Order: sequence, then C-alpha cells, then structure tokens
Amino acid sequence: MTASSATPGAAPLAAPGAAPLAAPLATDMGLPDYVVRRPKGFYHSLNPATKLALAALEVVAAFAIPGWLGPGPVLAVLVATALASRTMRSLLLIGLAALPLVVSIMVVNLFLLPGASDPIGRLGPLAPTWSGLWFGLLTTARLLAFSSAVALAYVTTPVDDLLADLSRRGLGRRGVFVVGAAVQMVPRTIERVGEIMDAQRARGMDTEGRIWRRARGLVPLAAPVVFGALAEVEERTMALESRAFTAPGRQTLLRVPPDRSIDRALRWLALAGVVAIAALRLTGRLG
Amino acid sequence: MAIELVSARYRYAGSASPALGPIDLRVEPGRVVGVAGANESGKTTLCVVASGVAPAVIGGRLDGSVRIDGVDAATLRPHELAQLCGLLFQHANTQLSHTTATVFEEVAFGPCNLGLPVSEVVERVWWGLRVVGVEALASRDPARLSGGQGQLVALASVLALRPKYLILDEPTSELDPAGTVQVADALARVAAESGAGILVVEHKTDVLARIADEVVILDRGVPAVSGRATDVLADPRLAELGVEPPAAVRLEREVRAGGLDWSAALAKATA
Repeated sequence: MTASSATPGAAPLAAPGAAPLAAPLATDMGLPDYVVRRPKGFYHSLNPATKLALAALEVVAAFAIPGWLGPGPVLAVLVATALASRTMRSLLLIGLAALPLVVSIMVVNLFLLPGASDPIGRLGPLAPTWSGLWFGLLTTARLLAFSSAVALAYVTTPVDDLLADLSRRGLGRRGVFVVGAAVQMVPRTIERVGEIMDAQRARGMDTEGRIWRRARGLVPLAAPVVFGALAEVEERTMALESRAFTAPGRQTLLRVPPDRSIDRALRWLALAGVVAIAALRLTGRLG
Repeated sequence: MAIELVSARYRYAGSASPALGPIDLRVEPGRVVGVAGANESGKTTLCVVASGVAPAVIGGRLDGSVRIDGVDAATLRPHELAQLCGLLFQHANTQLSHTTATVFEEVAFGPCNLGLPVSEVVERVWWGLRVVGVEALASRDPARLSGGQGQLVALASVLALRPKYLILDEPTSELDPAGTVQVADALARVAAESGAGILVVEHKTDVLARIADEVVILDRGVPAVSGRATDVLADPRLAELGVEPPAAVRLEREVRAGGLDWSAALAKATA
C-alpha cells in the first residue's frame, strides 16, 4: 500500500518518489493577503539575494578601500537607503547593540595605538593620541558600515522570503530549514534565557547589583539553556518527520519573492563591484 | 483496516529494559481509543511506537509487530507514515516548525512538504483550522501564541495532512477548561466526519469519557485495565493506578457513599 492511497477523503497526494520537475508555486491566489504580503517600497521589494549581494559589496568597499573613501560613502548610501526604506529606527536600535564594541575600539585605539606619537593631552599615566582617535573613528565607521549593511538586508527581508528564495535557487529543504532555524534561533534563545532567568530569580538567584555579581548569575543559566535545547532535538526531529519533512520531491512554495530584471542587474553590478575592488586592492592600486 | 500492535514491546536505544509492552492494541477507523496512566507508565512511548516513529526515526528495539492497515510500520518511510498516522506531541513548542510567519503558513508546512498544489494546500489549511476552531488565528505569528493556542494550531497542522489515524499525546495538557472542551469537540468531529481512527493519551478522564469508545489504562508499560470507556472509567482500580476517575463517576460514588439513590438523584438533577 502506498501512503497516498491510504489517505481518505483527500485529493490524490504527491506520489512518493515521483519528484516534480519544479516546485509548485503560488500562482493561484487562493491565499490570504497576510500570506502573500506584497512588499511596500523599492528596497523592500528587492529580491533577498539582491539585498545580500548589495550588502556584500558595501562590506567589501568599507573594508577594502583605504581611509574614509571606503566607509564614508558606504555609510552615506546606507543612511540614505534606510531613510528611503523607513528602516532608520530599526537600524539605530541594532546599531546600539554594537555600542560596547564601539566604546572598546575607541578606548583601545585612543590610548594604545602602537607607534602613535601625537598626544592630544595627558590623563594621568595615559596619553590619548590624534592618530589613535583617527584610527578608532575609522575602525568604528567600518564596523558600523558592516553591521548596518547586514542589518538593512535583515530588517527589509522577511525570513520566509529568504528561505523561499533559497529553496527556489535549489537549496534543499534540509538546508533551507537549517538556515531558517538558525535565523530564528537568536530571538528564541533570548526568549528562553529570559524565561529561565525569571525562574532562577524566583528561586533566589541574584542578578542585580555589581557587574561581577551579574556575571556570576549567568553561570546557572548556561546548563538549562544548552541542555534544554539539546533535549528538544529528539522531539523536534520526530515532529518534523511526522509532518512529512522528508517527503521526496520539492516543497510547494506558497509565495516566492519576485526576481525582476532590476534585481539581476543590481546583482551583476554588485558582483562586478566586489571583483573590481578586490582586483584593485590586490594589485595595490588602491594604495 | 486498523493500527494493530501485536505483542509489541519497545526498548529505547541505550536502555536495558523495555519502556512499553508487551501490548496488544487495535485502533480502527472511526473509533477513539483513550489511554491513561500514571507518570512513566509508557503512554508517550505507546504513541511513538503506534505511529511507527519508533524505532524508524529514533532507533531503539521493537519486538512483536506494529501494522498499519495491514502493512508492517517498519517498512514504511517517515513521510508515508506521516500521511497515515498524524502524531501530535505534548508540547506545541517542539511541534511547530518555527520557520513561518503566520499560523496559516505553519499549518501549511506539512501539506507543502508533500508538494501538493497550492489550491489543495489552501483548502487543507482552512479545513484543519476550521475543524479545530482556530480560523481566527490564521494571520497570527506562531511564535506569539499562548501555550493553548499553540497546541490547537499544532493539532490543526497534523489534521492538514489528512491522516487516516491520529495519535495524540496529551493534546489538552496546555489548555484551559474551555480549550479542553474545544479540542474534545474537535476530536469528536474529526472521528465522526473523516472516519479517522484516534488514539489519544489523556490525563483528563472527563475528556476520555466524552470522546473515547475504548480506554486502556497503562501501568509500567502494559495494559492494566482495558475495555469499553464507560466500564474502564468506572473501574475501582483507577485510583491505585494513578488515574483520577471522571467527575461524573466521582460524583456518583459520593452520592452512593452518602447513602443516596444515584438513579433517583440523577433523574432529579436532569429533570
């Protein structure tokens, strides 16, 4: 008996082993609007691969082009894009997460840049330098260009759009699931940590006060978070199998982000840009 | 045509002793078989064994046989089993895929895995949501559902695969009384409308009294009491097996213990 013949009252199912040539796409709009979710605005409507390609170009430009000619224009473009796509607020919030790193970069370079001998003044035994300040700012600009480029792609691309596009481009369902689960893992882990921390606090764990005390409070979190996640794996595996995750053939895609000629043109441009910058850098023509 | 366990005995990988069995059990289409028992009595193990997931997916050793519609479950591949036996786990959190933006897409996950045409996926999703009574949640983010809502959505997701049999491991464990009634009604509808055979593990014996045709009480992996639901749920051995009888049975006992005539009291109450 085949599984499909055993399903009562339903239209014939995909025959096991008979893989369709292409994934069925949602060209028939029996789908509700909240599933179709047409993107608003030019940047939002770009294909996820295009946004990733542009982000790659921006990162390469920010790091490979010497001085401010790299990160300066990249940051300007990113700010303009964020304003146009109305994502500036999200970008700023993500940027705040980089604040501790920015502070440490500035402090280290300001006071400890090797070879710097142009002091701004003296702070006790320490002497901040102009070149340290300059290098710290440049490094910070590069870091912000990197994080903003990635963040812009992230905040303008629904995860399932990215997954659908990867699936269409031939990444198998396991690969797509791994990418999706990894992307979703961050907020879920944060949520889980919050729950466990609340539970530990309710049992008397001290997480307030000085920083060393807070750090010590993190130790009891590690085991529940890690072991809890591992314990879920078996049940999650069974749940996926019981939802036909390993069925042969390609999945039906309910919605696929458009891939227009402008997308393809932008991707080629981004690729050409990356290659050109890399070539100029390797041949020493960028200084 | 049925799920049949014949002298089935299952041992988890790495375990020296069996967690289940030997057990004989039969779940026929259109019938609801309830399972209850104390903690660690083998209820969840029965679910994964009867659905064919163990040992096919998680390993371990199965003696005896599990046959689904006459076919040895061990010969079926996981996606074939999924279309025959829908399996719902106790925790909605591990049941959902966590890769979708809306409940609609979450319920569509299984049908999409089968590569069905979009129109059929859509039809199945609405059917699953309607049967469970959660159509209003369709546009919601699955990550933002309450435990009970998540459990209902997980049930709809299993139904959307239109399996011939449903195996449910404590489907009401995270639900409030209203949600519990909602699920019980949905299961009764599924059994009546689709003719699916249902094996349901449930601590709340009131739910079993409402929907089950037969009940099995497990004790240390083997059936201690089994038979017609009304008989088993009124069995005096339930309490010592770690199972609380349904409210109606407890009430009847209290009335009788008070020296009152139960039939007369019932007639008066329902008059």
